[in-house]
Amino acid sequence: MRRRRGGAPVPWPRRGAAAGAAAAPQAARSRHLGESPAVRWLLIGLALGFLVLFLFVPLLAVFAQAFAEGLAAFAAAVRQPYTLAAIQLTLATAGIAVPLNVLFGLAAAWVVTHFRFAGKNLLITLIDLPFSVSPVVSGVIFVLLFGARGVLGPLLAEHGIKIIFALPGLVLATTFVTSPLVARELIPLMQAQGDEEEQAAITLGASGWRTFWHISLPKMRWGLLYGVVLCNARAMGEFGAVSVVSGHIQGATTTMPLQVEILYNDYQFAAAFAVSSLLALLALATLVVKSWIGRHHT
Amino acid sequence: MAAGRGRRGVLPGFGLAMGFTLTYLSVIVLIPMSTLVWKSAGLTWAQFWHTATGPRELAAYRLSFAAALAAAAVNGVFGLLLAWVLERYAFFGKRLIDVLVDLPFALPTAVAGISLASIYARDGWLGRWLEPAGIHVAFTPLGVMVALTFVGLPFVVRTVQPVLRDLSPEIEEAAATLGAGRAQTFLRVLLPELVPAAATGVVLAFARALGEYGSVIFIAGNMPMRSEITPLLIMIKLEEYDYAGATAIALVFLVASFSLLLLINVLSWRRGGARGVAA
Repeated sequence: MRRRRGGAPVPWPRRGAAAGAAAAPQAARSRHLGESPAVRWLLIGLALGFLVLFLFVPLLAVFAQAFAEGLAAFAAAVRQPYTLAAIQLTLATAGIAVPLNVLFGLAAAWVVTHFRFAGKNLLITLIDLPFSVSPVVSGVIFVLLFGARGVLGPLLAEHGIKIIFALPGLVLATTFVTSPLVARELIPLMQAQGDEEEQAAITLGASGWRTFWHISLPKMRWGLLYGVVLCNARAMGEFGAVSVVSGHIQGATTTMPLQVEILYNDYQFAAAFAVSSLLALLALATLVVKSWIGRHHT
Repeated sequence: MAAGRGRRGVLPGFGLAMGFTLTYLSVIVLIPMSTLVWKSAGLTWAQFWHTATGPRELAAYRLSFAAALAAAAVNGVFGLLLAWVLERYAFFGKRLIDVLVDLPFALPTAVAGISLASIYARDGWLGRWLEPAGIHVAFTPLGVMVALTFVGLPFVVRTVQPVLRDLSPEIEEAAATLGAGRAQTFLRVLLPELVPAAATGVVLAFARALGEYGSVIFIAGNMPMRSEITPLLIMIKLEEYDYAGATAIALVFLVASFSLLLLINVLSWRRGGARGVAA
């Protein structure tokens, strides 16, 4: 199967997609090949109008409303005990889910790119599977498995193990939703890079781990970093799946996005937007890192 | 293409990496997902049919489907336009805009949700102008569409951009030399090249919008039969401990998503095939 740029289109843009082609093409283009200035500005205006309406206004609104009641209110909202607990829980959840998915991404990419085996396309499809599942359904499957009336519910209750409405459930749901991200980033990269260096190292007598640490890992480090950043952003921001398994116990099982929901539904708008603005900053930082890696390391 | 050039055995680690990958996939993805199928196997066909096709369920499917389709269509048109503008024209702030197009991928959906809800509320930045004009966005199906448009915004841009970048200038030059006007060149020469990529982007945006939850529930108002999306209905069934109902709807939804996944693969395969012939 022929695929463009080393992989099927996935619900996340490939690295470098945002790098943007510089103004080179149209400078060289002769005049009758381009559009008239009027058409050009009309198209730019339409495109920007759409972006302003659907992207910039919502983004600005987050920050504007976070500080609508002043800096002191913002600080107080962020320092609420429940909010602090939510921040802690979000960090803990992502802190477990992201490293797990890094290990998975490395192993999956290693297998897919360095070996031939039957069922490789099936494996790639399975790796991508969580992308095509609605976040809510992703949460539901864990409730059906571990919930009080789930398949393993009675067994877990017998041993006093709590998964749903507790940290393990949050981690599982988050890990499920974000599991393809690192693998999806590494597979096309490693495919493009090939494995000649690794083969040389092995032939010269290096052990497998040594080859991995000294050859493979440095080769893929920027792609890996990018995968980690994306995976982390999604893990910290996950809402639907986590909402199903959380139980919404403030101070115990609410992550930051869930805390946003609780505050908003409680009409504490400034506080909801204060917490939101932290998440929006995380998103912006993710985009900055993404574009930086895209521009300097591809 | 470079994958697996070496025979198995040259590089070590196949057993370990494959073992870990399969175990991980089983524990995190496959076993939990099979529970859904297993649980719904416990329902009789009549039960399943009854719970999955009640009037409230059908209304939710209809809304989810129609709003996602409308949003994907809007993104198809404006995604194509954005990709064109970003690839072909120079203007101030272009690079920043190119980076920010990905914002819907990175911004947590709940944040987008409350932001959109507040903007389109009666006293919001946009709502205060739209409401007097009789355009009601908040708490209507239109609001659902607006949220889904936000969520799906980057897909078409990002699938069309690389194709536009790789398009060789010769074909446009040839068209111009042969006497085609600019509009004619675009419609007859460029657009056919871009449509497959745009179609892939539209299906991706549609698939994403279909399952979307966080950005929608705040702006939708969630009135049963009117502005209640399918993922929310699943959530409500679950909160009422109606596991059978939640399972049935989730399964219907999952089958729809997988059909879309199949369609995406077929599209990208045909795109790859067509490209191979052209190259």
